[in-house]
Amino acid sequence: MTTIVETGFKPRILVFSTNNISDPGIDLAGSRHMHYPAQVSTMSVPCSSGLKPGWILHAFEQGLDGVFIGSDGDECALLDDCGKRTGSIIAQAQELMKAKGIEPQRLKMAALCSVCAEPFVGYMREFSATLTKLGPISTAAPAAAVAS
Amino acid sequence: MSEQVDAGTGEGRRIGVFICHCGGNISDYVDVAKVRDALKDEPDVVVSETELFACSDGTQKEMVQAIKDKKLDGLVVASCSPKLHQITFQGVSKRADLNPYSYTQVNVREQCSWAHTDDHEGATEKAIGLVRAGVAKTRLSRPLEPLVVKTLPKTMVVGGGVAGLRAAIGLADIGLGVVIVERASTLGGWVAELGPMFPNEHSGREQIDFLIEEVAKRPSITILTDAELVSKSGSFGNYITEVRVKGQDQMVTAEVGTIVVATGFDTYQPEVGEFGYGIEGVLTLPEFTKLVDGSKGPLIYKDKPVRTIAYVYCVGNRQPAPGNEYCSKFCCAATVHASLKIAARDSELRQYHLHRDIRTYGKFELMYSESRERGSVYMKFPDETPPSVAKMADGRLAVTVVDTQTGNEELTLPADLVVLVTGMVPRKNQDLTSVLKLPVGVDGFYNEIHPKLRPVETVVAGVMIAGACQSPKTLSESVASGLAAVTQSAGILLKGFAELDPLVATVDTEACTGCTDKCLASCPYDAITTVDTDGRKVAEISAAVCKGCGGCVPICPENAIDLLGYTDAQMRASIDSLAKEPVS
Ligand SMILES: Cc1cc2nc3c(=O)[nH]c(=O)nc-3n(C[C@H](O)[C@H](O)[C@H](O)COP(=O)(O)OP(=O)(O)OC[C@H]3O[C@@H](n4cnc5c(N)ncnc54)[C@H](O)[C@@H]3O)c2cc1C
Ligand code: SF4
Ligand code: SF4
Repeated sequence: MTTIVETGFKPRILVFSTNNISDPGIDLAGSRHMHYPAQVSTMSVPCSSGLKPGWILHAFEQGLDGVFIGSDGDECALLDDCGKRTGSIIAQAQELMKAKGIEPQRLKMAALCSVCAEPFVGYMREFSATLTKLGPISTAAPAAAVAS
Repeated sequence: MSEQVDAGTGEGRRIGVFICHCGGNISDYVDVAKVRDALKDEPDVVVSETELFACSDGTQKEMVQAIKDKKLDGLVVASCSPKLHQITFQGVSKRADLNPYSYTQVNVREQCSWAHTDDHEGATEKAIGLVRAGVAKTRLSRPLEPLVVKTLPKTMVVGGGVAGLRAAIGLADIGLGVVIVERASTLGGWVAELGPMFPNEHSGREQIDFLIEEVAKRPSITILTDAELVSKSGSFGNYITEVRVKGQDQMVTAEVGTIVVATGFDTYQPEVGEFGYGIEGVLTLPEFTKLVDGSKGPLIYKDKPVRTIAYVYCVGNRQPAPGNEYCSKFCCAATVHASLKIAARDSELRQYHLHRDIRTYGKFELMYSESRERGSVYMKFPDETPPSVAKMADGRLAVTVVDTQTGNEELTLPADLVVLVTGMVPRKNQDLTSVLKLPVGVDGFYNEIHPKLRPVETVVAGVMIAGACQSPKTLSESVASGLAAVTQSAGILLKGFAELDPLVATVDTEACTGCTDKCLASCPYDAITTVDTDGRKVAEISAAVCKGCGGCVPICPENAIDLLGYTDAQMRASIDSLAKEPVS
């Protein structure tokens, strides 16, 4: 039998959103007073294809427990192949994470549109639950394993 | 920036932080005093204050004064979404001779207080982290000058209904060239089909004829009918468009500065069987107005005199999701108006209005009063028990309704005509939507940036929306938004140039190794070229061509490309600041 231990751990999530597409969607969630954990903070950029994999790793190294990318996908007004580009950034970030022993589930991407308030809130609750199960981030895992 | 500032870290800057209560919209959930105090100790922050309404005129003036008095070289306002007030506070910066790109707006309303009304402590801690990240970004900001682009003094109006026609006339009158692109073979949209309209009894057809005459008087307006916009390229202020015209092999090319979309609406088409639709004598609102406007004297339908009419309101509107949840707001008035027109022709006619509530707002309320005085009977049915319509043995119609105003009694009314008061639905315009990348809202109509502050602009720069393609509107509301789009176009085009955010990609020539094939291929706009610098081949990005997407940034293996406003240093510093503030 497993017992769930109440640790009080609330995972901190960094959301990368985009100025014209996912950011209005996230704004809309707030305008409708839809709740998601306050541990979620958003940083917006013009397009998800402009994110550096290194920034994602940096966030983990600074102690954030999860990174969520609200990608523009098909709606991107700037790049036709935005979905593919963002996908490749994720893949590179996953490589960097692997090298640091960071669980791949800590990085999540989904297309978010300018009115995707409900999906956004749903993703945040779900992601937060996943990360709660994973526990706090530890970026030194493989190194520590080697040392011991 | 003063001499003492370290260019690499931004240390030594003088940043002012203003945290807005937004009345109580922010301060009811975020302890703004706590945020202010936390920011007071942040390095390089020399002013940290709270404001009741940061956007108010008085406060803006005080901020200008504070920037000057305290010799600030960076500004952070923590308030609503940048979509609303980024421009406002960039203006404050400019008026205080502070570079507007040293301003950062931190969204602590939509993305903080409003989303965490259930967690005041969490919201406060989150706000502190967000504001710190904003300060980090400002600390590393560089003064930038806006990009100046020439604009073409011409606007394309897509859709030649009443909104589009009125906009075209307005545009021509302020000195802009206009191309009207109308998909149908004639101009006028829905209004061209209508007889006397509320509120002033002018015939729709005549109003359209008048507008078409006015258009014809203006040589600067070109009309393309049977035409569809099929492509748009170029950039803000200089769009190159292609229009396909039926019967012509060659595409018509038009170069325009702005585009006004006024493609209107469709009306809801009931399913067969929905409130008896399909049974003879059950009509939609447009079918009924056509019948009324196309006849004289007492109403005759299929050779039979009409003695009784029952109207069923809100058909296809105000439905539970996934139906159309919105109210079309013109249909109550249009129905009451049509019923008055017919009552004036036949004093014996019995009219029953089965509604959920009558939304004849503003002056239209007078029509509602008049209609009751003339004997129309209004019955309010419960939302969950809509009326039903059936055919009786004698061929007449029977409408069964629960009337909440007579103790929820179920009544059956015999009727010769049943009018389904159908509202507006978004027009199917998939091709246009994707050519212009127009944002579509939850209800399927086109979305403006903000209904009050930026009511006709879309997130696509230089592309505006007007009329009923945006949301259900009456004629005068459609015209008003068409004229708003005229003013907006004037603001963009009459100067002959526009200022754009210079938030474009730049290459660090020192770091660039000239491998270039990757970055060149990564830019679909061909903004990146190769140049020789001191005998070395390096990449160069044209600020005028770059769209600022940042797509090339992660491609460069040398990390030599930075997007201004989102530089590597700024992004990392913002992440550090966010991470520093724990949210419990
Ligand atoms: C039955 C009925 C009665 C009404 N009565 C009244 C009344 O009494 N008083 C009142 O104030 N309002 C009334 N209205 C509302 C009024 O009709 C609208 O407010 C008005 O038509 C909105 O004008 P518009 O130009 O936005 O749209 P529309 O009239 O729909 O015109 C849009 C135009 O765009 C064209 N178009 C669409 N897509 C494209 C495309 N992709 N490319 C090019 N062109 C395109 C269409 O062909 C059309 O010509 C009534 C509406 C109905 C249905
Ligand atoms: S205007 Fe009247 S009929 Fe039309 S949807 Fe609104 S309430 Fe219903
Ligand atoms: S930011 Fe986008 S548009 Fe600008 S050079 Fe890079 S890829 Fe091209």
